[in-house]
Amino acid sequence: MREVAIVSRKFAVENSHTLSVAQAHGAYKTLEKLHTLAPLEIIEIIKESGLRGKGGGGAPAGAKWALMPQESERPSFVVINCDESEPGTFKDRQIITKDPHLLIEGILITCYAVKAKHAYVYIRGEYAQYQDVLQGAVDEAYVAGILGEVDVTLHRGAGAYICGEKSALLESLEGKRGHPRLKPKQPEPEWYFGNPTLVNNVETIASVPFIMEHGAAAYRAYGTEKSPGTLLFAMSGHVEKPGVYEAEFGVSMMDYINHYGGGMKNGKKLKAVIPGGASTGVMTAAEADNVQLDYESLRSMGLSLGTGGMIVMDEDTCMVSVLKNLLEFYHEESCGQCTPCREGTGWVDKLVGKILDKRGSSEDIDKLLEVAETMNGKTICVFAPAVSAVIVSFLSRFRDEFEAAL
Amino acid sequence: MSFCFNDANVAKIEALKKRYPSAQALSLPCLWMVQYQEGYISLDAIDVIAEVTDTPAMEIYRVATFYTMFHLEPTTQKRVLVCKTLSCKLCGSDAVLEQLKKHDVLVEHVECLGSCGTAPVMQIDDVNYENLTPTKVDAIVEGLR
Repeated sequence: MREVAIVSRKFAVENSHTLSVAQAHGAYKTLEKLHTLAPLEIIEIIKESGLRGKGGGGAPAGAKWALMPQESERPSFVVINCDESEPGTFKDRQIITKDPHLLIEGILITCYAVKAKHAYVYIRGEYAQYQDVLQGAVDEAYVAGILGEVDVTLHRGAGAYICGEKSALLESLEGKRGHPRLKPKQPEPEWYFGNPTLVNNVETIASVPFIMEHGAAAYRAYGTEKSPGTLLFAMSGHVEKPGVYEAEFGVSMMDYINHYGGGMKNGKKLKAVIPGGASTGVMTAAEADNVQLDYESLRSMGLSLGTGGMIVMDEDTCMVSVLKNLLEFYHEESCGQCTPCREGTGWVDKLVGKILDKRGSSEDIDKLLEVAETMNGKTICVFAPAVSAVIVSFLSRFRDEFEAAL
Repeated sequence: MSFCFNDANVAKIEALKKRYPSAQALSLPCLWMVQYQEGYISLDAIDVIAEVTDTPAMEIYRVATFYTMFHLEPTTQKRVLVCKTLSCKLCGSDAVLEQLKKHDVLVEHVECLGSCGTAPVMQIDDVNYENLTPTKVDAIVEGLR
């Protein structure tokens, strides 16, 4: 497997969160070059690089940047999504603690390209200790004059998974409940208090300095044609060495798990993998044997790559209890705005609980799938459709375990 | 009991006002300040935040009750957040919960804390304690006194 460190290049450097160490290792070098290029030229480079959003959706970043107005009477804003709450995902916390200046450098490039003077970093409330590290870096950058013309403000969330959804995040940043907004029919920027706003994940923006320094082609030298570059993939669950390890898109899942994760814990056999955070569905060991880690490969299996945070489960794992655990999560975290989601997550949780307690009947499995169907496509955001897809992925692959529990 | 922001927080609020297009954006920062200052968020404090943010008190109450990390009731016990989501569950969070029953702390089962690679995890006073075992749990909780 080809080793690559684009976002994680300073992770192993001691005290790389401090400005002096970061600068000794090349931080902020691209800022000199920045003003030799026009904002639109930078957006063009990002488009050419094929950089895709790394918060789970994988939407092309350049196209999103291009939606921002270059001429506007209202101020433009950049918002960095550090609400990392998808179960199995713990990569952005590595960036803000191990190389926060890389993020700040990326923010400065992004703000220049979309003509924004102020960026907010929305950080989940549970990450207070990591937010302190990032705040330290921001403070140092202000003192050094790196920030000032452009402002960076850290904004702390308070425990709501849904705020990772970009429009819910903006509602929260406006001081409201984190309720997702209806999507516009045509492509347009996001809006923060009615001002044009770009929302990107931490890792997406932390990938920008490399592209600025080495060019779009250098980024495309990694990954696949449609999923260029790298991702901070991660592993948790039943592996020997769980953690975050950067790799290029397109590597084989099992090679990744064996190479970086040291294989299965205690020499057990693999049973199932959730490929990229709880909401991406589940695959069997046989499927994991034959899959590459890129957006298209996972999509072709009816699953998603998501954040690349794999949850690995061994042969002793009860899939009914795994689904129950995930449905408890969704029931707790549904924002409550749409009835099919608010009520549906409760019903599916109850039904799987009944099956787990061996009180279920085959009708309960049918009802479970029926409620899942009712939740799909009838809500404001993708939360309920994701829950629906998770249920279907478990039932289509491990139905025998559910039936055996009846 | 009425509520007043202390001087440090008043200064913080004035500085923050300059960083947002609208005062309403200060609702979460203000709720955090109240919680750190008082230990919980009282209805009196909500009235004060409503004035600071120029937002109806009911709206601030709606916000305060939406986010799970805000507490509207005081407690004398130490709050211990234990992650119960999948990676922690696979790696032994049940044993952590069992062990905590032996201690005089307020245990809250919470969803994913973002420590999946260092599971199981609990959080006390904003600090994560990772790769827990029952023995470690005892040592950490006893060290709190």
